[in-house]
Amino acid sequence: MELYELTIHELLDKLRTGETTSAAITASVFERIDAVEGDVHAYITLMRESALAEAAQADERIKKGEMGPLTGIPIALKDIYCTRGVPTTCGSRILLNFIPPYDATVVEKLRAAGAVFTGKTNMDEFAMGSSTETSAFGVTRNPWDLERIPGGSSGGSAAAVAADECIAAFGSDTGGSIRQPAALCGIVGLKPTYGRVSRYGLIAFASSLDQIGPFTKDVEDAAILMNVIAGYDPRESTSVPEEVPDYRTFLGKGIEGWTVGIPKEYFVEGIDPEVEAAIRRAIQVVEGMGARCVEVSLPHSRYCLAVYYIVAPAEASSNLARYDGVKYGFRAEECRDLLDMYKKSRSAGFGAEVKRRIMIGTYALSSGYYDAYYKKASQVRALIKGDFDEAFKRCDVLLTPTTPTPAFRIGEKMDDPIQMYLSDIFTISTNLAGVPGISVPCGYTRAGLPIGVQFMAGHFQEGRLIQCASAYEKQAKIEKRRPKL
Amino acid sequence: MERQKISREEVAYVANLARLSFTEEEEGRFTSQLNDILLYMDQLNEIDTAGVEPLTHAIAQKNAFRDDAVGGAIPLEDALANAPESRGGFFLVPKVIE
Amino acid sequence: MEFEPVIGLEVHAQLLTEAKIFCGCSTKFGAAPNTHTCPICLGMPGVLPVLNRKVVEFMMKMALATNCRINPECNFARKNYFYPDLPKGYQISQYAHPPAEHGWIEVENNGGKKRIGITRIHMEEDAGKLLHDEHNPTSYVDLNRTGVPLIEIVSEPDIRSAEEAASYLRRLHETLVYLEICDGNMEEGSFRCDANVSLRPKGSAAFGTRAELKNMNSFRNVQRALEYEIKRQQYILEGGGEVVQETRLWDDTAGVSHPMRSKEEAHDYRYFPDPDLVPIQIDEAWIEAIRRGLPELPQAKRERFVRDYQIPPYDAGVLTASRALADYYEEVVRLSGQPKIAGNWVMGDVLRLLNEEKGDIRTCPIRPAALADMIKLIQAGTISGKMAKEVVEQMYRTGNTPEAIIKEKGLVQITDEGALSQTISEVIARNPEQVAQYRSGKEKVFGFFVGQVMKATQGKANPQLINDLLKKMLAGG
Repeated sequence: MELYELTIHELLDKLRTGETTSAAITASVFERIDAVEGDVHAYITLMRESALAEAAQADERIKKGEMGPLTGIPIALKDIYCTRGVPTTCGSRILLNFIPPYDATVVEKLRAAGAVFTGKTNMDEFAMGSSTETSAFGVTRNPWDLERIPGGSSGGSAAAVAADECIAAFGSDTGGSIRQPAALCGIVGLKPTYGRVSRYGLIAFASSLDQIGPFTKDVEDAAILMNVIAGYDPRESTSVPEEVPDYRTFLGKGIEGWTVGIPKEYFVEGIDPEVEAAIRRAIQVVEGMGARCVEVSLPHSRYCLAVYYIVAPAEASSNLARYDGVKYGFRAEECRDLLDMYKKSRSAGFGAEVKRRIMIGTYALSSGYYDAYYKKASQVRALIKGDFDEAFKRCDVLLTPTTPTPAFRIGEKMDDPIQMYLSDIFTISTNLAGVPGISVPCGYTRAGLPIGVQFMAGHFQEGRLIQCASAYEKQAKIEKRRPKL
Repeated sequence: MERQKISREEVAYVANLARLSFTEEEEGRFTSQLNDILLYMDQLNEIDTAGVEPLTHAIAQKNAFRDDAVGGAIPLEDALANAPESRGGFFLVPKVIE
Repeated sequence: MEFEPVIGLEVHAQLLTEAKIFCGCSTKFGAAPNTHTCPICLGMPGVLPVLNRKVVEFMMKMALATNCRINPECNFARKNYFYPDLPKGYQISQYAHPPAEHGWIEVENNGGKKRIGITRIHMEEDAGKLLHDEHNPTSYVDLNRTGVPLIEIVSEPDIRSAEEAASYLRRLHETLVYLEICDGNMEEGSFRCDANVSLRPKGSAAFGTRAELKNMNSFRNVQRALEYEIKRQQYILEGGGEVVQETRLWDDTAGVSHPMRSKEEAHDYRYFPDPDLVPIQIDEAWIEAIRRGLPELPQAKRERFVRDYQIPPYDAGVLTASRALADYYEEVVRLSGQPKIAGNWVMGDVLRLLNEEKGDIRTCPIRPAALADMIKLIQAGTISGKMAKEVVEQMYRTGNTPEAIIKEKGLVQITDEGALSQTISEVIARNPEQVAQYRSGKEKVFGFFVGQVMKATQGKANPQLINDLLKKMLAGG
């Protein structure tokens, strides 16, 4: 087996025993990148030199016996995290040459834990999208079928992990942007509770929905990464001072006696039959472990999409106002005056989807429409959260499909925004309610495309998610295939 | 006959608020796409939300404060490093037409 | 038709915190451009605001000092618009849920008192500074000021004249300075005022169309601008015309206001609660703690001075112009026991010297104890009032005690009757004509003799004694 094929926990073992070095692992990962990146295009910026230097430093520390939680492990970062001295584009032309003078809190934590950064991965522009097709830097292809999308908006990170172009990666999830690509790329993706992981340094899309989370090859790796990134940050007002448990203690335990809720509204028309079949099999596996699957109702589910597509663009329209060509980023040439500069820079710098969402958001907040749209959506959001509060009174976790279909073809949904939005239908609700969710591989289609099953838990119950997901992973024994690249 | 939720004039008004400019073709396309999206949003009117407090934060937090202490400023070079145009310590912009 | 002005004032006061409202950058005025900045106040991608607790406390102080009700919960809202001095493309302010409302302050009005209502007080961040190039189509942006904390104080439209407006502003200003939450420096922009002015027929309850006035940067400016605006609107209305709702900029050099040239853009600020900030809860305990820490406010202090020290309201006004001055005066009173006399000296020579030397009462070379001593020396007759003026001057220049100066300059007052009688005799002998004039009934000549004696004694003789002895000796022969 190649080093790049291994998991974090396997590599940490080998590093501890001296069987391998970070230099060797990092070299292996970059060889893999050289071999497949041309096809997959997971990265916007590769950090080869600094990665090799960090690997060398990691080996020094390991020799001295100073082994941290991630020392020497090559990790990729979605290009939405500010990284000091390294270009951070957010997938947008408007930040084409932006080099932040500071690190995001999560980046600082990962660095302190000893991680080696391989590069910044591709993403839908400003995290707005479900296919990584709106990036200004080209499309990322699904390693399982290069004609298909990897999902979005964190498609680059998901594809990189699936293609072994890094050992693990980080993304962001506002409406499903970690879980959906994880499902479509056959890997694990976790979105923590809102406020669990610091947003400081994460370029904002929708402030009340954004969360940072990991992409990993298995659930144990996700637990390791959660231990590093979770925790209160005084630099974020919405950060929650909730204690961080050792998430690894939830691994390898069963879920006997648990109540697993199956929301009936998530089994509707429009789900691909192969996906539905895979989810039904997952339910059987769960029951086989001694858990009780019960039907529950999240009555306001059908309104999630409408609520999300008012609240998120509204917040985004405000968050993206800072991209005005004044202090950083793209500025158009030959502008008559200030107004001209604003309009030309923003119109040329932003892509069509971003502009569409800015327009929706600006409209929803504008005078005369605030009550009808933003306020109304925020009220329905309260009801949606109420649905989850009720459900978690009876259930330990909920189980749903992650996506309605497997990966679709590149270009297939670009002309129909609503069709594109529907691919997030199962993931959006958790962002609105702030609850954590995880997607775990649960099978393949006949054509060989990965399918994911999603578990959801109550606020700050990531431990339960990990327990359930790890138990499922062990019991389901989904065949571990590799994409043919 | 589909209800027109947003007119081209409104699209132009919103575009100006957002400091975006569109070609005629783009404006037409946006108007119809936005229309579709806004029509879809109409289903929210089905729900009775009388007396429901709007939810801004999924997790209710209060009083997140910092102390009144100075720190964290960055050097001038860093502040201006990404500026499209700067001179003498200032960011430069085309003149504002008053 | 008689019209009455209806005026409301909006004041923005910069708060004297060390750090900015949402980040740790310094608020100090006058730094080189863009040197008090960080990713947060520069509005860089990914940054987040965290509220400086002191800003809340300073806001609460002003709210309590102006009799406002402090709401148990408030939040921040984003005010969205584009301008180069606004890096995030929105200002973090407060809109639907302000922290303080329904207050009032008292102003003097035609010999009586009048309450001007305060609609609300809220917190917000300041914007940066934009400088325009005279010769090129370029503007320069300095973001040092972005994020400096402000409180906005909005008055009810209770003000009915330009003079009343100036009184209101002065009262607000001194309150802010007394609370030590704002330095009130209008030139540096730490105290700014905009006005809303309309006219309506006297007795009417409806509001007329109002104009907004900006760019008034002194109390005098405000008064002049308001007087002009009232006249301008009156002229229009009397002519049967209609007042246009617009924003006008005051030009103090020309003494007129002009409508802002930019087309009044529909100010669609799209306010919504800032999702990056959480609500603020203020409980009774916190309010009480702040209330206990409030200093005596200027109005209360003035009333106490008049009552306890038996000094006229005007004097009380001068002596409470600043907390430091009032404290200085009270210390002198405490040590000398002479409130009226202390008042005269402080208002007179001490303030004059400070003015001339551009000094500050806090570092005045004449310490209160020294001034008190000097007052006691006058009371004891050791020096005359006239001599004291010289002593005070020397006390300022050297910082020495009055005793030391008197000794050094030999300024002890002549109270020895014998010596004085001797001098008077000599003066009388030298001026037989005037003596004859006086004795023949010309009382005014007495002054001449007083002058001569003063001259002969180099002003050191006790005036009362001169008077008594002269009278005796001129009469007696």
